[in-house]
Amino acid sequence: MAAEFKTPEYRPFPTVPEMQPGAMSHLKPFVASEAVQTNIGFPGKLEEGWEGRAIDKMGELLGKYRSLKVFMDSCVHCGACTDKCHYFIGTNDPNNMPVARQELMRSVYRRYFTLPGKIFPKLVGAKDLTKDVLDQWYSYYWQCSECRRCSVFCPYGIDTAEVTMAARTIMDHIGQGQKYSNEILGKVHKIGNNLGLPGPALFNTLEGLEEDVKEDTGVDVRFPMDVKGAEVLLVTPSADFFAEPHIDSLIGYAKVFHAAGVSWTLSSYASEAGNFGLFNGSYEMMRKVAMRIRTAALELGVKRIIVGECGHAWRVAYAFWNTLAGIGAGANDPFAIELQKQLDPNCKQPTHICEYTWDLIQQGRLKFDKEANDHRIITFHDSCNVARGSRMGDSPGGQFEIPRNIIRAVANKYYDMSPETIREVTFCCGGGGGVLTDDLLELRVKGAFPRMEALNRLKEDHGVNFMATICAICKAQFTKVLPYYGFKMNNVGGVHQLVSTAIVLGNEH
Amino acid sequence: MNVIFAILFYLATLILVGGLAYKIYDFARTPAPLKIPTTPAPTTAPGVVLRMAREVIFFESLFKSNLWIWAFGYMFHVGLALVLMRHLRYFVDPVGPILAFIQPFGVYAGFAMVAGLGGLWARRFLVARIRYISTPSDHLMLALLIGIGLTGLGMKFLMHTDIVTVKAFFLGLMRFEINPLPAHPGVYLHLGLVALLMIIFPISKLLHAPGVFFSPTRNQVDNPREARHVAPWAAQLDSGK
Ligand code: SF4
Ligand code: SF4
Repeated sequence: MAAEFKTPEYRPFPTVPEMQPGAMSHLKPFVASEAVQTNIGFPGKLEEGWEGRAIDKMGELLGKYRSLKVFMDSCVHCGACTDKCHYFIGTNDPNNMPVARQELMRSVYRRYFTLPGKIFPKLVGAKDLTKDVLDQWYSYYWQCSECRRCSVFCPYGIDTAEVTMAARTIMDHIGQGQKYSNEILGKVHKIGNNLGLPGPALFNTLEGLEEDVKEDTGVDVRFPMDVKGAEVLLVTPSADFFAEPHIDSLIGYAKVFHAAGVSWTLSSYASEAGNFGLFNGSYEMMRKVAMRIRTAALELGVKRIIVGECGHAWRVAYAFWNTLAGIGAGANDPFAIELQKQLDPNCKQPTHICEYTWDLIQQGRLKFDKEANDHRIITFHDSCNVARGSRMGDSPGGQFEIPRNIIRAVANKYYDMSPETIREVTFCCGGGGGVLTDDLLELRVKGAFPRMEALNRLKEDHGVNFMATICAICKAQFTKVLPYYGFKMNNVGGVHQLVSTAIVLGNEH
Repeated sequence: MNVIFAILFYLATLILVGGLAYKIYDFARTPAPLKIPTTPAPTTAPGVVLRMAREVIFFESLFKSNLWIWAFGYMFHVGLALVLMRHLRYFVDPVGPILAFIQPFGVYAGFAMVAGLGGLWARRFLVARIRYISTPSDHLMLALLIGIGLTGLGMKFLMHTDIVTVKAFFLGLMRFEINPLPAHPGVYLHLGLVALLMIIFPISKLLHAPGVFFSPTRNQVDNPREARHVAPWAAQLDSGK
């Protein structure tokens, strides 16, 4: 499994790279086993007649998703998106150009769903869905992190992520699922989180954390779980319970709640903010995962739902929870109505932990010793799903300002990376969208290249040694790939890790 | 020949209007089940109208992504718009003052249009990435548009034709009368290509014209926490549980 590959080298003058056709055609993630597939209700393996079933599924999706239908019809092959994907920049494989990635599906769409494609396939680049084409799909639709960078630049807003999701849904339904994502979906349905951590293990961890923080600060910071009647339910990515550096942000959230004097709780039933249903493009799957949170909120009787640092989780929570599970305003099934009555209408539901912390800072309810962060020279990596798929606060772009405001409130040394690599045009960490698995390590390392270049420029100019981010996947991905580019693993961490370092506890009411 | 062209134009108009109407209906009836605006996005409906206007009038996203494509594309589209306006004179009688005023601009626009198309076509050959994604139909589409532009300019500057008769032909068509067209190869070629363009419009990538208005990443309001957004097929899941 030790894949041989070369880490891209920093370029003195980054320009659009030459194409190397087929450079990544060898790379495919492990296919989900029969057990993994059937466990979440998909066919176990690719079987006779899959072509027809795939086309049927495609037809169904074209009827259910306007995005897919409009995107299939509207691309003019202008090429504006061709140099915008981090995977193209890092791998130089032309199939990783967004339009070429879409074209893998569009050529099949044309063949089966359009008149010219049926009559003159060659002329319009239409193709039959063969095993070769499916293999290409499997390879390249799992080389997309659904980061939506391409959608910013397309004159018609064509979002390759939507196409990728549709392709993955189709592949799931013909028995060609991806092991990593579908295993995780199985775990979250059964146990409640992506890591498959059972309730008792979580309790132990949280207890341990309370002791650690007490030792560190002398303050009794609590990490409550399953506490009925708490005001706040915190839903956070399960990596926050165990992984480094994620856990430091969890400590940060707890300290913020402590300092604010607010009662809060985690839920062992809904111990996962992440929602891999998004990555597979399955509405039903995504809904099922989101429902756990509604159930937990109802059971615990909380007034407010707050989401921890996780990019795609925040996109799902912010943009989809209301649609999927009625968490927000306006749902009218009996459970949702009950939930509306219970949740505080004066708070944004759900609230991002950064929105929450920033509100407290503005109200002057938190105190910081900024010098405590002086050993860090900090920059901020905008995570794609937060940047291009969600918002924080009241005005567009709050998702960029609020985390930066927090960092500036808790630390003295901060620099932004170059403007063409942050905010709405931020480069993906290279590990999002369901590719955070070791069988795709080559892709992950190469896909991180544009971000690493930007970070490296800042390291050379200002000695930056800490890249803060608010995404569990970004944190895990960077911890793994930073060393390939001459950084240290711990050069990445959470925004609330910085909050945790600087916050002054004690003497509160 | 007059009859052939009359039939051709009736047919082409039918296909263009019918095809586009069907496609627009098809886009409109397909629900967008989730809120997926590319953020930062406007939080109000007027804000979305403004965003769409910037996209459609200035090609804002394209401007951000590639100045060359923007410049050529913009030149072509603005040129085309002016040329189309200039051609309105074949369909209205008498020609009003505004229409009369834009006539000379329409001529320059004709050159801009062809130049823009030339630039776009050159990129299909010169830029390796764009060469890679181009299909034969992409080239043919450009050839067709340039053909229309050149035959049009040709009749203006090289071999004049009797435009009064052409106008009578089209005014006649609008009253279901068939008047003669000038027997002029330029006219036949120009009109034949235009009819072809009209016919392939609803089944080709020219659908980007209606498509841009239906793109959920651009036309959705960013307010998912404040207002619940549910597609009919998804609402059924709600009642199921
Ligand atoms: S969504 Fe991101 S990863 Fe996928 S094609 Fe677009 S830019 Fe590349
Ligand atoms: S920018 Fe949009 S229209 Fe242009 S090639 Fe890419 S996807 Fe197609």
